[in-house]
Amino acid sequence: MSSAGTYLFYFFAALVLASSIAAVTSRRILRAAVYLLFALAGTAAFYFMVDYFFLAAVQLLVYAGGIVVLIIFSILLTSDIHEKMEKPAPLKVVASLALVLTSFGLIAFVISNFDFMPSGDAPTKLSMREVGKTLLSYSEGGYVLPFEVISIVLLAALAGAIVIAKRNPPAT
Amino acid sequence: MEANTVIWIFILPLGAFILNGLIGKHLPGRTPGWIAVTAMGAATVITWIEVYRFVRLDEPAFYQHHFFTWLNITARITIKAGVLTDPLSLMMMAVVTTVSLLVFLYSIDYMKGEQGYARFFAFLSLFSFSMLGLVAAPNLIQLYMCWELVGLSSYLLIGFYYQKPEAVAAAKKAFIVTRFADFGFLTGILLLSGITGTIQIEELNHFSGIPDFFSQQATFLGLSSITWAMALIFIGGAGKSAMFPLHIWLPDAMEGPTPVSALIHAATMVVAGVFLVARLFPLYQAFAPQALDFIALIGAFSLLFAAIIACAQTDIKRILAFSTMSQIGYMMLALGAGGYAASLFHLFTHAFFKALLFLGAGAIIHVVHTQHIEQMGGLRKVMPVTHVLFLIACLAIAGIPPFAGFFSKDEILIAVYAHSKVYFAVALTGAALTAFYMFRLYFKVFWHQSKEVHAHPAPVLMMVPMIVLAVASVITGFTGFNLFYPLAGHHDFTVPFTSVIVALTGITTAGVLYLKKREKPEQRPLLYRVVQNKFYIDEVYLFVTKNIIFRSIAFPIAWFDRHVVDGFMNALARVTQSFSQKIKFLQSGQVQQYAWVFMAGAAALIFMLMFIVR
Amino acid sequence: MTGIPVEHLLIFSALMFFIGMYGFLTRKNLVTMLIGIELMLNAVNINLVVIDRFVYPKQTDGLFFAMFVIAVAAAEAAVAIAIFINLYRNIRSVDVEKVNEMKY
Repeated sequence: MSSAGTYLFYFFAALVLASSIAAVTSRRILRAAVYLLFALAGTAAFYFMVDYFFLAAVQLLVYAGGIVVLIIFSILLTSDIHEKMEKPAPLKVVASLALVLTSFGLIAFVISNFDFMPSGDAPTKLSMREVGKTLLSYSEGGYVLPFEVISIVLLAALAGAIVIAKRNPPAT
Repeated sequence: MEANTVIWIFILPLGAFILNGLIGKHLPGRTPGWIAVTAMGAATVITWIEVYRFVRLDEPAFYQHHFFTWLNITARITIKAGVLTDPLSLMMMAVVTTVSLLVFLYSIDYMKGEQGYARFFAFLSLFSFSMLGLVAAPNLIQLYMCWELVGLSSYLLIGFYYQKPEAVAAAKKAFIVTRFADFGFLTGILLLSGITGTIQIEELNHFSGIPDFFSQQATFLGLSSITWAMALIFIGGAGKSAMFPLHIWLPDAMEGPTPVSALIHAATMVVAGVFLVARLFPLYQAFAPQALDFIALIGAFSLLFAAIIACAQTDIKRILAFSTMSQIGYMMLALGAGGYAASLFHLFTHAFFKALLFLGAGAIIHVVHTQHIEQMGGLRKVMPVTHVLFLIACLAIAGIPPFAGFFSKDEILIAVYAHSKVYFAVALTGAALTAFYMFRLYFKVFWHQSKEVHAHPAPVLMMVPMIVLAVASVITGFTGFNLFYPLAGHHDFTVPFTSVIVALTGITTAGVLYLKKREKPEQRPLLYRVVQNKFYIDEVYLFVTKNIIFRSIAFPIAWFDRHVVDGFMNALARVTQSFSQKIKFLQSGQVQQYAWVFMAGAAALIFMLMFIVR
Repeated sequence: MTGIPVEHLLIFSALMFFIGMYGFLTRKNLVTMLIGIELMLNAVNINLVVIDRFVYPKQTDGLFFAMFVIAVAAAEAAVAIAIFINLYRNIRSVDVEKVNEMKY
């Protein structure tokens, strides 16, 4: 692929990381949610770049369209959006930074020292039809079981969310 | 004998127990009593049918049947539940069922309106079931189990008025004292079965296994181990039969309802000890003559001891209790002296007239509402029928012909006379004392001047059993017992003549002393007080338990337990507690702290996997 | 695109993961903590896709894994937000430091 694609990737990576940082540090809660939206959308762009169009679409629909909206709803329901959140306690910041940086250092060291050997095969082109077929295939390499399981998980989560969020009946 | 007929003798009382125990509370009025009486009546009929068949010699004199196997221990020792009938157990079954039936019948009205009416009949039925299981037991383990069951029902019934502290204390006392004795019994059973390798009474009485053992000649303190086993078994019997020095529970047991005293503490359960020795009598005779001597000694001592105490008691039921103890002493003495049939004959007759005495006492208490004989008097005009019945029983126990007690006591005296002159003197003295204290009781209660007692005639249901028992007290001297054992007729009239003279002397003395009400001297002689306080045996027990067992053994152990054992545990707990106090800040409830630790742990794990383990 | 070393892509996803973790550890508002979690899940998805696409291009399992992760994330977010709402109704707050019922 062209080097333009490469630059595009670095650009998006920088965008995603920047909005991620903003999402976890912004003291305006609604803005944090919007920054999250940017980070997720940037990730979708990355999926487009690696030709996973279906995944990118799912990412946009479910993450950007679903979860972020859900989060914004919950923010509106539970928080005062005009208020600036207080700064986290310094001890907490220091401890978390120490842990995060140490762990990242560890992971980065592992990644840089691991000798990845790309197989060099030509990337498979996946059409939407094939994705659908694989999802429902019960032959080898098919995903019908996880598919069904995940549908039950979603159903259970749906029912559970309703039960939990429902107003408690008055105590008798 | 049909096994599936005989089993009903046991199932019926058990069924009455279960029925009354479970739903008796919800049954109206006197239904629980009638349930128990019906069951017992049917069992009695079956028993007497079996007795009839036995007498007609339709059946072999010995019959054994096992209903089911309970435990398989070794090839030789298997514990089965079953029934063993021979003359001894048949006679006991006849006595137990008959007296039970009459007492049940009596209780229907006697206990009317009491709190726990159904409970009473449930426990009574349980007792009858256990007692029947005891006397019919084909092996020692079943015997022991039923032995404990009768102890339990005795405990439950003594403590029937469980809101009364004295009743509770008496129940506990009875249970604990007999438990001590039962420990000896159990040890004896284990020893005996260890020696002989069998628990079957039938095999034991045919001495199977014992000769092998005798070649080993194991002895302990100069006595063969089988003698020890038999003596230990006798200790169990002594506890149940209230032999000195394990008698202390019997007088207190009179806290129970009077029908209970009549059934359990006069006619049936307390003679279980006699039954036990009689059951293993061939063994005693063949292998443990020293144990028999011991039994004779204890029996003789108890008979005299109890008779003396009975002379100074003022509680009608306690007098009867000590009289029971004295009479059982006779039976034990007779067994020890080798008078097997004589002992059982006395057991047989005693069951009837002693039950009658207690039921009569119950009727009296019912009317005068006291048990203190000083507060009674002149009752012969108030309750004439009871008076006559009571007099019959008194004559029977005093040994006046032609009442039953005369014949049986006579047999005993003859047997003892043949054995030892000293014991004969003791028994004769006992006979005089028996006549004396019984007629002391009789005169004090029925004579003297009349008290203001408004008598209501005793209910028919209470009178009928008493009349039946009175008839039995008269006729069992002539017939009844010889159904089971042929009694050797004797033609030497010296002994019976002497005993009648002695008994009459006792009665006359009592009459002279108590027929007229006399001013009681305030100052009683020391001896009288000692006797009245039952020779302070209870106090001795109290001293031993309090000062020796509690203070010098239990207290140090309790101290050790409290300070060393508990102290160690407490220290452990305290260390744990302070340690957890120190570290409990870790459980802050702050999710983010937990997450931090979790993630740090994950990072540490990765670190270890990448750089240390590799 | 093929010119990018795998390491860079993985470092990128790792950075995103730890940014999310930082958010999860420091934020006081439960909703913002949820945002951190979403970032971490997203980083994992990127990781799956990267390994799939750049190391074993013939396989497509990364795609499906990522999709399932997205589905689970959606379910989890729905339940989490239901809990937040219930919590808010009960204690009028979604401050994680006030939710310390599990304390000793």
